[in-house]
Amino acid sequence: MRALCLGRWLRTAPGAARGAGEGRLPLPLPVPPARAVPTAPVVSPAWVPPRPAWQHGQQRPAPQQKVTVEVLDHLEHLALVDFRDAEGVERLQKAVQFADQLHEVNTDGVEPMDSVLEDRCLYLREDDVTEGNCTNELLKNAREKVEEYFVAPPGNIPLPKLEERETFLQGF
Amino acid sequence: MAAAAAARGCGGVWRWAWQRGAGGPAPAPRGQRAVACNARGGAVPEGKSGLAPWVPVVGLEIHAQISSNSKLFSGSQVQFAAPPNSLVSFFDASLPGTLPVLNRRCVEAAVMTGLALNCSINKKSLFDRKHYFYADLPAGYQITQQRVPIAVNGSLSYSLCIDNKMSQMVTKTVRIKQIQLEQDSGKSLHDDTRSQTLVDLNRAGVGLMEVVMEPDMCCGEEAAAAVRELQLILQTLGSSQAVMADYEIQRQIEELENGGTILNETRAFDSKLGCTVPMRDKEGKQDYRFMPEPNLPPLILYDAKSLPANLNHQQVVNIDWIHERLPDLPSVKRAKLVEQYGILPEHSFTLLNEDGLTEFFENVVKQTQMKPKKVIGWILKDLLSYLKQHSLTVKESPVSSFLLADLLNLLEKKEISSTAAKQVLAELWKGEGKTPLEIVKEQKLELIQDQKELEQICQAVIDGQENEVMAIKAGNRKVLNKLIGLVQRETQGRSNPVLVKQLLEKKLSE
Repeated sequence: MRALCLGRWLRTAPGAARGAGEGRLPLPLPVPPARAVPTAPVVSPAWVPPRPAWQHGQQRPAPQQKVTVEVLDHLEHLALVDFRDAEGVERLQKAVQFADQLHEVNTDGVEPMDSVLEDRCLYLREDDVTEGNCTNELLKNAREKVEEYFVAPPGNIPLPKLEERETFLQGF
Repeated sequence: MAAAAAARGCGGVWRWAWQRGAGGPAPAPRGQRAVACNARGGAVPEGKSGLAPWVPVVGLEIHAQISSNSKLFSGSQVQFAAPPNSLVSFFDASLPGTLPVLNRRCVEAAVMTGLALNCSINKKSLFDRKHYFYADLPAGYQITQQRVPIAVNGSLSYSLCIDNKMSQMVTKTVRIKQIQLEQDSGKSLHDDTRSQTLVDLNRAGVGLMEVVMEPDMCCGEEAAAAVRELQLILQTLGSSQAVMADYEIQRQIEELENGGTILNETRAFDSKLGCTVPMRDKEGKQDYRFMPEPNLPPLILYDAKSLPANLNHQQVVNIDWIHERLPDLPSVKRAKLVEQYGILPEHSFTLLNEDGLTEFFENVVKQTQMKPKKVIGWILKDLLSYLKQHSLTVKESPVSSFLLADLLNLLEKKEISSTAAKQVLAELWKGEGKTPLEIVKEQKLELIQDQKELEQICQAVIDGQENEVMAIKAGNRKVLNKLIGLVQRETQGRSNPVLVKQLLEKKLSE
């Protein structure tokens, strides 16, 4: 697997040491142990590293935004997740930090890419009926059904306001 | 296109907002006039603080279901009232591994509608995902066009009557912000007793055109008139059946969401006017997390100039080609009717408002010698009122255009009086299959054609009304009407009043 060379695109941080070690990709990337290819066609399993293979070691002096209680409450409303305790919030914090690393890349003058298909023509289909009529197949895997309807829990029940519910976030 | 009517042809969303009139310390970005209009044209009282009064503005977002055989991004059929989940493909059910494929007919429908509403068509438009959680949205997002929609910056002209009088019509215009293509969601049936929701995905993925109007309208009447005109346009184009519109008052007072004091003022303002306050928005602001739809490259449209030479015809949507083939829009049809038949503009509105009435009218005109200006009276006053009374459509009318034309011919040839004609129409309405002539003969409604007989009756009346005759001869012409009335009574309404008047006058001058 060819190593990706991101050196060109990495912003030069003030006073950063641009050498091997901190904040650079270990080149080449760790490669999964070589396997003898058997004669019969077998799908080789995907190899996912157990720990992140790259870590941004540099502590950014830039202020890290703490996730506010309003944002957490908003997320709980939207996604119905329960942050439950400090560890949950900390995990979110780390996730945000991890994603923020994308800001390292200098995208000045580069148009965002919406789709890998951007150079293709959008295919237009004729207005003919070619699909449908597969009720049984669709319902086959449904855990619950009522007379050919899918069954879902009752409609969106909004979470009560922060003041009105018992949650860890109250004391945040 | 589709023969069956769409149950949800047209869904609308009201957007009520309050804006400061111009001249206050914080002038509204749109520069509304200081005097608010309401339906009756009266001025809205000023707010307490002496600032320019709050002006209600209404903007609409209309979702019109596109008339097509198959859905926007899949090949499932679009049909009303089918067994649940029978018109659903794997893509519509959002099963993994499925991808959207754009339906060409839906693109053409949107371009047609954009052109009819005087929009600029974006030759390059983009698709996005709008995320929210709901049982009838299996993917968790809806594919729409949030960043660059297919058409922008149009206008819609509509007319409405002031003070409920058909005679006073004003023309107004509302700006169209944009038209975008998007997917419909499925249908949820809430079963509260069993605490569950039943989901039918037949409608999920059906193509919609969302028509977004700027808040240029001041009240419900204007909004209703605008929607009616849009409905007529969509039906004329065939891009949507636009059968039913349902309104929701949704958007809250955005200007006021942040200022506490302003909110108080509004409440006082409301209690003075006794206006309904718009419904509270859904709990908190929705975060739709818009993102580009990665499975769909940009939609490129062409015109005569930019037409590529090497591309397959089937893959090309040519805006100019569509423009050339647009049918006459309602406003053009109305103008043509007024010009061709000499009827009033208000008449043309009524003709177009009733499905099939224009055709009926034109058929009658073709088959009768009576002038269209007179025919229109019979159509709009007599025929239409019968239809309305019995809740019938023009197509269900027991009186065909042929029968009505027949009747009007009798009237035109002066074989019957107009009173008699109305009697005949009442009889025809029973739909017993008799012709107008048969009814006239049955009920003895023919006008007396024998001049001699009429003269005799006139003479008899004159002879019997000495005082009146003297009054007339003395100069009181109005008494003549009494004599005409007497002759009518004698003849049981079978005398032509104009002829009778002539005969009487001749006799009295002898």
